[in-house]
Amino acid sequence: MQWQILVAQLINGIALGSTYALIALGYTMVYGIIRLINFAHGDIFMLGAYFGLIAISTFKLPLVPAMLLSMLAAAVVGIVLDRVAYRPLRQSPRITVLITAIGASLLIQSLSQLIFGADFRSYPDTAIPIKIIRLGSVIITNRQIIIFGTAIVLMILLHLIVNYTKFGKAMRAVSMDKEAAQLMGINVDRIIALTFAIGSALAAAAGILVGILYNSVDPYMGTLPGLKAFVAAVLGGIGIIPGAVIGGFLMGIAENLVVAFGSSTYRDAVAFAILILILLIKPSGLLGKRVHEKV
Amino acid sequence: MGKRNLISVGILAGIYLIVQLLVSRGVLLAYDLQILGLVCINIMLAVSLNLINGFTGQFSIGHAGFFGIGAYASAYLTVVHDMPFLLALIIGGLFAALIGICIGLPTLRLEGDYLAIATLGFGEIIRVVILNIPAVGGARGFSGISRSTTFGTAYVFMILTVIILKNFISSKHGRACIAIREDELASETLGINTTFYKVAAFTIGAFFAGLAGGLYSHFMGYINPAANQIGFMKSIDILIMVVLGGLGSITGSIAAAIFLTLIPEFLRSLAEYRMVVYPIILILIMLFRPSGLLGGKELSWDVLSSFYRRVTGKAQKQQGVSTNGS
Repeated sequence: MQWQILVAQLINGIALGSTYALIALGYTMVYGIIRLINFAHGDIFMLGAYFGLIAISTFKLPLVPAMLLSMLAAAVVGIVLDRVAYRPLRQSPRITVLITAIGASLLIQSLSQLIFGADFRSYPDTAIPIKIIRLGSVIITNRQIIIFGTAIVLMILLHLIVNYTKFGKAMRAVSMDKEAAQLMGINVDRIIALTFAIGSALAAAAGILVGILYNSVDPYMGTLPGLKAFVAAVLGGIGIIPGAVIGGFLMGIAENLVVAFGSSTYRDAVAFAILILILLIKPSGLLGKRVHEKV
Repeated sequence: MGKRNLISVGILAGIYLIVQLLVSRGVLLAYDLQILGLVCINIMLAVSLNLINGFTGQFSIGHAGFFGIGAYASAYLTVVHDMPFLLALIIGGLFAALIGICIGLPTLRLEGDYLAIATLGFGEIIRVVILNIPAVGGARGFSGISRSTTFGTAYVFMILTVIILKNFISSKHGRACIAIREDELASETLGINTTFYKVAAFTIGAFFAGLAGGLYSHFMGYINPAANQIGFMKSIDILIMVVLGGLGSITGSIAAAIFLTLIPEFLRSLAEYRMVVYPIILILIMLFRPSGLLGGKELSWDVLSSFYRRVTGKAQKQQGVSTNGS
């Protein structure tokens, strides 16, 4: 094993990890606020990839406006999803909502297959013309840099929104104590809807980035990255925003290291092995604090 | 009781005879018989998952993993080691149960959605491991399995599964499982060994899923490690049956398994929309009747006869009133 291969896989891992981190942020925010594993989140990521594809190849938009448009459209889908499927179940047992989320996920997949077709589609090469950058004997592509850069910019934006705006403050309040937040005059339903919107927009951005990285988009592309990003969120400590970022990067790197040192057929098992280890050793995640069960 | 059991046996035997008669008359074709066999296998899966999810309250979404273990293990034994079918079937089920213990012991400490995700993870790991075993065909799938399962075998195993699980649930041990579902902390205080019963329910569920898997691979003659065969999608299919029928209702699971296995055949003309209608049904049930169609109740002779009495009793009463009035 040459060190160049190791470095190359690390770089691949960071690029992939930054997309996992973006998806994981949506999971963790929604979980933090309504304790729901939003199974349909991976499918919103898939929708984002399609929206971007349509904007770029049909409407011939450049990458940045296409991405913004796709994020906006995904945010609308997220809000609708919350309004139609999840809001009526706010008082229901969590398992009921979880099953609804699974149903929503299947519904989005089959609707997309109906609308966009089941075949693989790819982004035009002109979206980001590929350039190879050599640093000594290490090869990086400009796509990897753009993916990493975009992810970082979005994460900083999210950090600013959550920590320095009124909405962010309200969101943190709702995630700490829904009833108390309501008593303080916060419109809880609107905050939850906005959380869905932001999470979905981030997933859509990740969808476009993955579409460009792997150059393929299909209606079922969301399932596995969705599950892996969820694992990333659990790994970092679900409900904790910086945890999702750390978890995402770790997941991406771990996956690529397994490909480098082991067998690529096991790459999908890595995520679940990590998940089970973390659940058994430290269920609250890397950044989580232990919560004792109340009697 | 004895009379009712006799009626049940009569009805079950009658269904079998009617199916055989329809087959001999050429009304039911080989394809229809295959669907009916799948109905039996799906009933086994749904009822065994209901023991875990519905009666013990431990939310598992990795049930297809055990189905896969049973399917592959028994097929491996009959194809490679020439073992008799029934023996291989039982060993496949026991092997699934053994893996069930190994998975259940560590994961059942978790609760709610964490448990759900952990079981999902184990299910996927089982699938990936099977995918990487060349002796059972890897990603190409395992073909050349003797088609030893007939509709009759599947039917008999389905009935045995339902009877055993029903008796388990009405036993002392089953009541302990239900107590855990209702309140884990309280049942522990009452001296119920919660870990033991949770793992026991999980293991028994895994055993019957493994049996169903063995029946399935010997029914189709082929199995592959795709997500909709032994992976996540299959687990979700089974889960939907349990949820639709009602968590904690055996008869509900049976009805839902029959309904959901048959409905795609009737919606064949709408094949494209089938996968859209399916999740919509699921969401609507969760929104309007989250406890499932039967919601923890059972359809039994008692319920049916009391229903009958209520209907006829009412009619008599009304008659009585009207005669009095005239």
